[in-house]
Amino acid sequence: MNYYITDNLAGSVSLKDIPEVEYAALYNDLKERLKQDSYHVAHYFATPDGNRLRFYILLLDDAAHKVMVASFSMEYYEDVALPSLTALHPALHVYEREISELYNVEFDSMPWNKPLRFPFNRRNRNSTMDNYPFYTIEGESLHEVNVGPIHAGIIEPGAFRFVCNGENVLHLEIALGYQHRGVEQAFCSTENHLRQTLLAEGIAGDSAVSHATAYATTIEKLCGKRASTALDVERTVALELERMAMHIADTGALSMDVGYQLGQVACEALRTMTINTTQAWCGNRFGKGLIRPCGTNKPLTAEKVEMIRTNVKEIRRRYNEVREDIKSSPTLLSRFEECGIVPKAEMQRIGGVGMAARASGVKRDIRASHPYAAYSTEIAHENIVKRQGDVMSRLMIRSREVLQSADYIEQLLASYTPTELSRPDYEAELAAEALSFSMVEGWRGEICHVAITDNKGAISTYKVKDPSLHNWLALAIAVRGEGISDFPICNKSFNLSYCGHDL
Amino acid sequence: MIFPKIKVLKSHGWQYIPDLNDVTLTEEFRGRPVLSLTNDMSDVEAAAKMCPTGAISTAPFALDMGRCMFCGECALRAPKNIQFTNDYKIGSTSREALIIKPGDESVNFHPENIRTEIPKLFGRALKLRQVSAGGDASVEMELNATGNVNFDFCRYGVEFVASPRHADGVVITGPISTNMAEALDICYNSIPDPKVVIVCGSEACSGGLHAASRAIDRRFFERYNVDLWLPGAPTHPMTFIDGVMNMLNLKKR
Repeated sequence: MNYYITDNLAGSVSLKDIPEVEYAALYNDLKERLKQDSYHVAHYFATPDGNRLRFYILLLDDAAHKVMVASFSMEYYEDVALPSLTALHPALHVYEREISELYNVEFDSMPWNKPLRFPFNRRNRNSTMDNYPFYTIEGESLHEVNVGPIHAGIIEPGAFRFVCNGENVLHLEIALGYQHRGVEQAFCSTENHLRQTLLAEGIAGDSAVSHATAYATTIEKLCGKRASTALDVERTVALELERMAMHIADTGALSMDVGYQLGQVACEALRTMTINTTQAWCGNRFGKGLIRPCGTNKPLTAEKVEMIRTNVKEIRRRYNEVREDIKSSPTLLSRFEECGIVPKAEMQRIGGVGMAARASGVKRDIRASHPYAAYSTEIAHENIVKRQGDVMSRLMIRSREVLQSADYIEQLLASYTPTELSRPDYEAELAAEALSFSMVEGWRGEICHVAITDNKGAISTYKVKDPSLHNWLALAIAVRGEGISDFPICNKSFNLSYCGHDL
Repeated sequence: MIFPKIKVLKSHGWQYIPDLNDVTLTEEFRGRPVLSLTNDMSDVEAAAKMCPTGAISTAPFALDMGRCMFCGECALRAPKNIQFTNDYKIGSTSREALIIKPGDESVNFHPENIRTEIPKLFGRALKLRQVSAGGDASVEMELNATGNVNFDFCRYGVEFVASPRHADGVVITGPISTNMAEALDICYNSIPDPKVVIVCGSEACSGGLHAASRAIDRRFFERYNVDLWLPGAPTHPMTFIDGVMNMLNLKKR
C-alpha cells in the first residue's frame, strides 16, 4: 500500500502529497503489518473535510526510523460500517472509540465499543458519565467496588470499577472523561500561538515541557524554522530535568504506599531540589514558560549552566543512595516484586508505550526510534529495558532513567557554551493545507501532536496524544489477579495522566 | 541492610523550612505583578492583545491575576509598564483584590471578609478535601507539596483528608469541567457546616485558558461563596500556605 514516508525531523507535509487510499487496502495492510513488533500506530483520527469525513493515520516503523502517513475518506453521513481493526489489534481501540464517539462512525465487530472521554462535542448526547456501560460479571461470590471519580489523595478524578472475588481483583475497568476541557478544540479556536503554547503546557501539567516541545516543534515545521542546535540542547536538558523530577516523585509515591517513609521523604526533598532547579532557570517549578515556538525567553547563562550541573550531580548522588537502599530492603522487594505484572505479549497487544512498555520488555522509546532535538545529534539514546513487567521493573526503569537523565544533562552541559538564542515568534505564518506532526518521549512515554492547516494557514485540526491514552488499559490488566490492596502501588507504578487522556 | 539507610538519612539531613513566615523565592519566580503608567501606552495595548487569557485591560490599566497564567510574556512585551516580582503572597478573600492596578505594592487580603467562626474553629486544625475538576495536575502536585518534608504545613494542623465527611472545607482546582461539576457539588454538600471554600489556581479562579470552553460548567460559583482565592499557574505552595495562614488569623500579611 502507498504511504507518504517521512520522519520525526522532516518538515510539514502538504495535504495533497498524502496518498488517499481505500479503507479496505489500509485494513489489509495494517492487518499484516501490525503483527510485527516494529510497527505501531502513533495516531489515527478523523476530521471533517468539507462534506466528507477524512481519516489520517500515522504509522511508525521503528526499525527504519520512519513515519508512514496515509488517509482515506467517506461521506460525512454515510451509513457504512468499517471492519474494525481493534478486533485484530486491540492497540487501536482508543482511536476507533474516539472516532466513533465524535462522528458516530460504526466499526463492525468492534469488541470494546465504549465511550472514551465524553467530550462536549460527542455525537450521542444520551451517552453520559452516569451511564458508562461498565463490564459486569455475575456470581454469588463476587462483589463490585467502585472508586472515584474523587479519589482519596490530591489527584485528578477518574472512576474505577473493580469486580472482586473476595480480596482478589477479577477485572478492573477505568472510566475517564471527568477532566475533559476541550483542549483540542481550543487549539483551533485561536490563532494566537502564545495561547496555543500555554494550552500545550496545560495538557498535562506534570509533562508541561514535553507537551510544549511537541507543540513548538509541530509549529516550527509548519513555518519552516528549525530549532538551532543550541536551542535543541537547552530543550533536551529541560526534558530530562522533567523526567528526573517525575521519576523521583513516583519513587517517593511508591515508597509512601508501602510505608517506606525514609525513601518517601528523601525523594520528596530530591524532587523539590529538581523542580526548584527548573524554577531557578525559568521561574516555574514545572518548566512552564520555558519552551516556546521558534526560540526561547529563558536562554541559559553560564551561571545557570553551573547551577544545573551542580544540582543534578548532587541529586544523582543522593538518589542513587535511595535506589541502593530499595534494592537491599527485603520488605520492599516483597511488595514490589511479582506484583502487577503485564507480560510482554499483552503489553504489545494493547499497544503500551513508554517506560511502562519498556518495563515489560517492549523496546519503545521515541528518543531511540524516532530521534529529535539533541537525541538526533549529541546523544545516542540507549533504551533501558526490563523483562518482568511488574511494579519492581517499572520502579527500576524509573530509577535507572533518573541516573541516565542526569548523565545526559551532564554530557550536554559539560561542553555547552551559552550563546545568543532566537526569541519566540508567535506571528510566524504557517504553511497552508499542510499536516505537521511531532513526537516526543515524555517521562511517561510517547507524546504525539498533529496539526492540520486550512487554505489560509490557520490550524483547523489539532490532535494530541498523551501516552496515558494507551497505558490506562495496561494498569487495568496489571491488577488482574492481584489483591485489591495492591492497587495503589500498581497505580503509582504507572502514574498515568487523567487530563492527558481526557484533553 | 541498615547501612544504606543510614547513608540516605545522612545525605537527607534536615530539609524542612524552619520558618514558613520567612521564605524568599528565587528572583526568577513570577509572582505579584507591578504595573506602572507611562505616557505612551502602546506597549500595554500590544501586550493586552497577545495575553492568552485577556487578563490585561488597558482602560483603565489593570492586570487580573485571577485570569493570569503567569507566562510573563506581557512583561517582555511592555517592560516599562509590567514587571513580575517574586512576591508569592497573592491570595485574597476578595476576587476583586486579585486585580492589580498601577502603583499597587501588595495584594490586599481583606481580612474583614473572614467569617469570625473560621479562625476560631479551624485555627488549630483545618482538614481539607481537595477536588480537581479539570486541573492539569500541576496545582494538585503543589498542594501535595504543602504537606511534604520541605514545607510541612501540617505543623499548623492543616492537612488534606480522604473523605469530605472528615473535612472542614474544600479546595477546588481546575476550571470545573462539566463532567466533574456534579461530583464537586456532591462533595461540597457532604462537608459538614460550617465549611470553607478555597479556590486554587488561576484556572479555578476564572476558568483560565478554558474560560470560554463549552466543556466547562462554573455554576458552582453562582451557588456558593468562596472564602479564599489563590491565583497561580500553578499556585506555589507558599502562596497556599500564606493564604491559609492569613485566613486562620495565624499571621497578618
